[in-house]
Amino acid sequence: MSTTTTPFARPGDQHSEPEAFEERPAITRAALGIGLYAGVFGVTFGAVAVASGLRLIQAGLLSLVMFTGASQFALVGILGAGGSPLAALSAALLLGLRNAFYGVPVTQILRPRGLRRLWTAHFVIDESTAMAVTQRTPRAGRFAFWATGLILFMLWNLGTVAGALIGRGIDTSALGLDAAAPAIFLALLWPQLSRDRGPTVALGAAAVALGLVTIAPAGVPIIAAATVAVAAGLIPARPREQRGRADAERDRPAGLGAAQR
Amino acid sequence: MKAVWATVIAASLGCYALKLAGVSLPASVLNHPRVQRIAGLLPVAMLTALVVTDLFDANGRYTADWRTVAGVGAGAIALRLGRSLVIVFLIAIVTTAALRAVF
Repeated sequence: MSTTTTPFARPGDQHSEPEAFEERPAITRAALGIGLYAGVFGVTFGAVAVASGLRLIQAGLLSLVMFTGASQFALVGILGAGGSPLAALSAALLLGLRNAFYGVPVTQILRPRGLRRLWTAHFVIDESTAMAVTQRTPRAGRFAFWATGLILFMLWNLGTVAGALIGRGIDTSALGLDAAAPAIFLALLWPQLSRDRGPTVALGAAAVALGLVTIAPAGVPIIAAATVAVAAGLIPARPREQRGRADAERDRPAGLGAAQR
Repeated sequence: MKAVWATVIAASLGCYALKLAGVSLPASVLNHPRVQRIAGLLPVAMLTALVVTDLFDANGRYTADWRTVAGVGAGAIALRLGRSLVIVFLIAIVTTAALRAVF
């Protein structure tokens, strides 16, 4: 799946498109399925956020404006563990950086212009990007992007509010919700481990983070682990004849694997 | 409390700004191989660090609640078996809750 150079020809432009097309029902079903799990995770996020000391309105604002799950969980986790605001902010931004790279394939498919960029950008996340880039035509890609993005946004936010309301009155650890965040992080990490240098970076990051637990303030071990990714990424690629497949794999935007299941 | 608000607002706007940069910057900026490689590996490093600190770090001390570790471990087995994200998540929290209720 090359997402870097796909200049779709678009003779008709979006104004002259017929409403119905072949893939539409299948895309809608897939988007609803993704939305359903987003709703479940939204409830979890809301509950975990209030358990970490955030107010309902703060949890809601994160889902409305930040709208990127891994960053949200990281932020409330670090704040809940007593980490500094700067550590929480840095972790959220470092995890949110991948969304910038999704902008490349999304822009090629949706071609947003002018003010539409402002609106489109908000919905560029793992799931909407994965759904858009895996369609056969730009038209289906655009529909998939918006169907997934809008359904997920709605259910993620409804779930967050519900979870935050429920979370006030329950013992989150009795429900096993302390396992929720690490399980979600692990599930997002899993498909990424097949990436070139993925296992090495994961081991290095685990070592750095664990090594700093007793020395550094909460949250800092997570930020420090990012340096392992930077260091590994700076090492030049392997010799030319071994490249190709690894290249294609590497150039794929991060995180897309997790969204498609 | 003010610090939490500031963090929530700054991080939310920052994450949106990253998305906006992605759809606004010329593709050539983001397509640089080294930049892409780092961006691809960042989630690997950070998600791993989040998993291990969630499991083994409590207020700067090494501790682990074996029931949480077992729950996430059960989730890992489900991942290994190719289960979906929701199933993995449910197995992890149900296992943890059940172990906590019994032990």
